[in-house]
Amino acid sequence: MDYANLFIKSIFIENMVFAYFLGMCSYLAVSKTVKTSIGMGLAVIFVLTITVPLNFLIDQYLLQAGALKWIGPEYAELDLSFLSFIMFIAVIASMVQLVEMIVEKFSPALYGALGIFLPLIAVNCAILGGSLFMQIKDFSGITESAIYGFGSGVGWLLAIVAIAAIREKIAYSNVPAPLKGLGITFIITGLMAIGFMSFMGIKL
Amino acid sequence: MSKNKVLLTDPLDDNNPITVQVLGICSALAITVQLKAAIVMSLSVIAVMAASNVTISILRDLIPNRIRIIVQLVVVASMVVLVDQVLRAYAYDVSKELSIFIGLIITNCIVMGRLEAFALGNGVWRSFLDGVGNAFGYAWILILVAFFRELLGSGKLLGIQAIPDFIYEMGYVDNGLMLLSPMALITVGLIIWVQRSRNRKLIEQG
Amino acid sequence: MNRDSNVYTFTFATLMVFVVASVLAYTSFSLKDLQNENVRKEKMQNILSTVGIQTDREGAEKLFNQYIKEQLAVQSDGSIDSSVNVFKDVKLALELKKSPDTQDFPLYVAEIDSEKFYIIPIRGNGLWNAIFGYISLKEDLNTIKGVVFDHVGETAGLGAEITQDWFIERFIDEKLFDANSNLMGITVSKTNNDPANLDKTDHEVDAISGATITGDGVTDMIKERITHYVPYFEFIKSTNSIAVVSNNNLNLN
Repeated sequence: MDYANLFIKSIFIENMVFAYFLGMCSYLAVSKTVKTSIGMGLAVIFVLTITVPLNFLIDQYLLQAGALKWIGPEYAELDLSFLSFIMFIAVIASMVQLVEMIVEKFSPALYGALGIFLPLIAVNCAILGGSLFMQIKDFSGITESAIYGFGSGVGWLLAIVAIAAIREKIAYSNVPAPLKGLGITFIITGLMAIGFMSFMGIKL
Repeated sequence: MSKNKVLLTDPLDDNNPITVQVLGICSALAITVQLKAAIVMSLSVIAVMAASNVTISILRDLIPNRIRIIVQLVVVASMVVLVDQVLRAYAYDVSKELSIFIGLIITNCIVMGRLEAFALGNGVWRSFLDGVGNAFGYAWILILVAFFRELLGSGKLLGIQAIPDFIYEMGYVDNGLMLLSPMALITVGLIIWVQRSRNRKLIEQG
Repeated sequence: MNRDSNVYTFTFATLMVFVVASVLAYTSFSLKDLQNENVRKEKMQNILSTVGIQTDREGAEKLFNQYIKEQLAVQSDGSIDSSVNVFKDVKLALELKKSPDTQDFPLYVAEIDSEKFYIIPIRGNGLWNAIFGYISLKEDLNTIKGVVFDHVGETAGLGAEITQDWFIERFIDEKLFDANSNLMGITVSKTNNDPANLDKTDHEVDAISGATITGDGVTDMIKERITHYVPYFEFIKSTNSIAVVSNNNLNLN
């Protein structure tokens, strides 16, 4: 498949946040400032770009039905796909632990700002979703899966930076006190999602 | 005793997982189209949270710090996969109903969130209460959102028609938009509005 | 021992992997037979329901053996591979990944009250994951007798509604091929001008609001899977027409 097409598709048409509503918790909680959002978005891009191709290899050579035939013909019947969830999550969690250590070392301010949502990247449905979608999308090679992972991450970054920018500006508007902060963010996200529905079904 | 009671009552309002801690949003959008699905999901989450909070609390002094995220996830995932496998053998129809939820439970940030924030540093009984309390806090928001989405979106509740025929005959039409995820977001936003109007402590400053 | 030391961390991790893997593998393998039985019986139930025979899982096997007369493996050129046991051995998900000249597609032939029906398994992609099911055709190899749909993980209340009777009913009696024998399939359409579904030759049914992508998946799934069987259908029609011609000749006497 055309790499550029795949890239554009995973950013806009199959946007993790607005088309599939994945990764919402961190998206809503961390988008208070553009600065933290960019930090979070970059972390998500990093984790997705590494875990999707890695899980692709694991799926191809370990988990799929018949994947183990490279060891020997007698293993061709084995179907380990029931281990998919655990294997993917283990890979993702290891990556996230790595990211957590890096962020803590190089930017303690970001580490503090992200709080519990940094380790929560491990259960960020967008990250697991990336690997699970990769499994059913049937990519022809590791490059394709890497581009898909990278594109999905970029889409997520765009979404969170967009809402953060709006949230920063809306501080100057007359939002009713009970809606300030989280409440109005939910409503705006809902409206943005309705807007993104215009992309649904476009075939590139 | 009141210190423990707070673990059960806080998540219903002051520390609600969805509207205050901002956890568990994805499933709040995905399975609140029908009330029945929301109820099934809620019961599953209550069971999983109780079990995993207790397990991690028991193991908390043994888990090495550097791999704690993986350990938490593996515990939750294994538990859920085990339940799924057993159901598929002995209660096949139930497992078919639950199969979509299995994935959603493992990645439910509330489960991981409470393990990180509470079970890793507290005793077994208190972790159990925290798990159950947060699960109930999550459940009642879920059921509230599903109630409105199914009622206004398809005119039914639990699959049974709830809006009488004469109202349809007067020209009322089901609001199809309610069935779509963006409206779930807006519904939660409105719930937050009501919640924070009544509970002024939760209003964000600055 | 120091909890944060490398040795401890490594040992703990290894132990955990071992324990989890053993418990899951043991559970999975010891329950496998029971699970497979459930799946097998459900498959029979589904195949029977497309020809209008509703049964619970217990009675499924007996009725299956009673009504399903032939189980064929159709190849891409229209020939039959008689060495393949399609019910047991062909998993559509895997078959679709093979190269076209090695693929075997199952075709179940049912006979109910002297009427023949052809049942075809179908599989495709919904919004979140795979969707699949069975479609059965009447003897004219054009009119749909019945369908049954299932899914791995579509949204409850939206895409998941493809399993419901009110959606399935829309397909009954619809035609797959147009007047010139071109395969049109059935389009699950939001712009369908026939909401009461009175026109059975429009190759369209009403979509489900809010389940566009799942609906598109159903459309693609039906068309793509039926395509494999077109050569074999041509073969059946040509042999049947020879039989019809012979019958007519007899009548002319």
